[in-house]
Amino acid sequence: MSNLVKFKIDGTECMAEKGSYIVDAALENGIYIPTLCNMPGVKPKGACRVCSVRINGRLMTSCTTPVSDGMEIESNSADILDLRKAIIELMFVSGNHFCPSCEKSGNCELQALGYRYKMMVPRFLYDFPVRKVDASSPKIIKDQNRCIQCKRCIKTIKDEQGRSLFAFHKRGHDLEVILDQDLGKKITEELADLAMKNCPVGSIIKKEKGFEQAIGRRMYDHQPIGIEDK
Amino acid sequence: MENTITNIIEKYNNDPLRLMDILIDIQENFGFIGNDAVKEIALALNMSEVDVEQTITFYHFLSTEPRGKYAIYLNNSVVSIMYGQKTIKATFEKEVGISFGQVTADGSIGLFDTACIGMNDQEPAAIINNHVFTKLTPYRVREIVKSMRQGKDMDELINESYGDGKNHLPSLKSMVSSNIRRKGMVLSDNYVYGSVTKLMLPNLSPEAVIQEIKTSHIRGRGGAGFPTGLKWEFCRRAKGDNHFVICNADEGEPGTFKDRVILTEKPELVFEGMVLAGYAIGSDEGILYLRYEYRYMKEYLEDVISTMLKNNLLGSNIAGIDGFNFDIRIQFGAGAYVCGEESALLESLEGKRGEPRDKPPFPVEKGYLNQPTIINNVETFATAVRIVENGGEWFTQFGTEDSTGTKILSISGDCLFPGVYEVNWGFNVNDMLDMVGAYDVQAVQVGGPSGTLIGPDEFHRTLGYSDLSTGGSMIIFGMQRNLLQDVVLNFMEFFIDESCGSCSTCRNMPHVLKNKLEKIINGKGVKGDLADLKEWSKVLNASRCGLGQTAANPIISSLKNFRHLYENLLQRDKEFDQGFDLITSVQRSCKYVKRVPKFHPIE
Repeated sequence: MSNLVKFKIDGTECMAEKGSYIVDAALENGIYIPTLCNMPGVKPKGACRVCSVRINGRLMTSCTTPVSDGMEIESNSADILDLRKAIIELMFVSGNHFCPSCEKSGNCELQALGYRYKMMVPRFLYDFPVRKVDASSPKIIKDQNRCIQCKRCIKTIKDEQGRSLFAFHKRGHDLEVILDQDLGKKITEELADLAMKNCPVGSIIKKEKGFEQAIGRRMYDHQPIGIEDK
Repeated sequence: MENTITNIIEKYNNDPLRLMDILIDIQENFGFIGNDAVKEIALALNMSEVDVEQTITFYHFLSTEPRGKYAIYLNNSVVSIMYGQKTIKATFEKEVGISFGQVTADGSIGLFDTACIGMNDQEPAAIINNHVFTKLTPYRVREIVKSMRQGKDMDELINESYGDGKNHLPSLKSMVSSNIRRKGMVLSDNYVYGSVTKLMLPNLSPEAVIQEIKTSHIRGRGGAGFPTGLKWEFCRRAKGDNHFVICNADEGEPGTFKDRVILTEKPELVFEGMVLAGYAIGSDEGILYLRYEYRYMKEYLEDVISTMLKNNLLGSNIAGIDGFNFDIRIQFGAGAYVCGEESALLESLEGKRGEPRDKPPFPVEKGYLNQPTIINNVETFATAVRIVENGGEWFTQFGTEDSTGTKILSISGDCLFPGVYEVNWGFNVNDMLDMVGAYDVQAVQVGGPSGTLIGPDEFHRTLGYSDLSTGGSMIIFGMQRNLLQDVVLNFMEFFIDESCGSCSTCRNMPHVLKNKLEKIINGKGVKGDLADLKEWSKVLNASRCGLGQTAANPIISSLKNFRHLYENLLQRDKEFDQGFDLITSVQRSCKYVKRVPKFHPIE
């Protein structure tokens, strides 16, 4: 029992293993904190900021911050809920996310979070940036219009020598995730499947397989993302 | 060509941790890092090609396309523009015959914009093949371009006199001036280099050194203000195979240039401070992370290091202390403001993109190569020597209770005597303006774009960690300046250019805010836009590092202190305006299809 620590989320007493990240510890206690860039078992990077919570007056990402004994976490207060919604809206206006024509619709975590946070019309103006689609690989399409630069593909899609198939390109507002031209041509069937699965949005699509699962039978068609709060 | 690339990679032992050095060497040798080079690096370091490119494309001075035999980087920061950058830029474009962002067809000359290069007291300035050209005038530009057309060497282009202080030394030969206008304990000439190391260190324990630093209450001079003594103590206590001392010389905050002056005039003091820190935390390796804009100092600083080695102030058994070994090497950045953030700096040192790390863990526990590491500012190390020399107690007589000691200010903008001034903390802004000969002042930017813009009713405030905190950048704006158009917009563009892009907030929000600001400047703003600016800025607080968290400061502080400038631009008769202008848009689209629009008056 000495490995357990006690902490509070929005006043609710919680317990979890020492050193576990807040987002996982919360889930164990039946509390959902939204994530986009985070993946179980992969080193977190705190890129999307959607999981922001407030600890000691400071905003921290719950995917990168371990719980500690006596920690008091503010997660579902009005201003943090609105912050998360604003972050999601920002992603929508900064790319070109046209859900009705997207192969990932219904399986898209960004879309699902948009619903969960009741996004109607974003408060920000749409930017409608001009972005490219890279279809040079025989197996996958990398659509920059839909990329949210979460880094999940960069961290998880590697060849047998450990080389990354995806990487960042440029920086700041021009930041893109691009596919290695050489390795992209040789990508295996399994890795292509995994790349599409690991992408939280529709930026990596497996060629000719985009609609294999019919719309209406997809993950978030039937239940919202996350779990209902206690 | 292949051979040289191979040699460069081998020089750094095919080590991915030294990718930055490899890329910089290739860029300097070939003027760009081409496809062949990327392929060869990827093969040698067992990385994918995109993995190599993601580091190249992160840094402003690295490029996969040729940048020209002479690559001209003209500073586009606000003070440069105040001193005529637009005319200089136009003259370069006219003389060379290309626009900025391009290279001449024969590959000889490339023109590029760059963010503040640390020369605010001698603008407009440009970096050409690692040489800094200051105080540019149209005549001088014509002369420089003419010499380039004749294919002259860089040495022949430098036909001006060298700058003051040590800038004339053979290993520097620089046109930069130090402009030291007020000396205190750091810039004074009454210290004999090495005397603390040789005479005092053998009789002091590492704990005693840390105690003096703690007693002095010195806080970090880079801007964040963390207590230096605590940082050293935490690091000494942290377990690791090795400990590292890093000197952060990436001063990229627009308007600051004091580290450049300290490193030019007092490099021995900075390196000695690193030695003291190494002794205190139990480290045998120090690295000076120097911004690429200061590449012209490389040979000079390496000379200083080798002289210190000869004098047993660096190397093995320093000052006869058995087993105390400490070496310093210099590693360069390649043009990225965010690398001044300590964990981004560490990433860059390890050959990667300068993306800040998530904290915890902090660098004192897991820093460079995951080992306990201290990262301090140039000025902090230099000051530490004087503290150990005279005692922590002595130091507290200078400055104020919560901000002890002196602070070196980089003062520029609309004043008669821009330059470097070392003052005691607690100095007030009015005195500062009188000291530098600044009259009819409209505003002062304290602490650079990430700091605050204040007006005359706040000039009574004092410099210190509890009032006006500053890493040293002070930019003065006279009455003639258009603060929103020339200053705030320029700063927002700076933050957009310099964001690493890792956090969605900092990647997306500054752009949205800038659009809103432009809408107001273009006369399309309504009252609700001001509330939006204030409210939306808060989203940036969710960013990982200081760059993102402060990226809206130019807007927040000008909105607070110069609200009337915004209000004067608003449309009074409107509650809502989406900012879309039909006439301008039609004109713009007609231009592309070469048609002349016809507008009918609305009844």
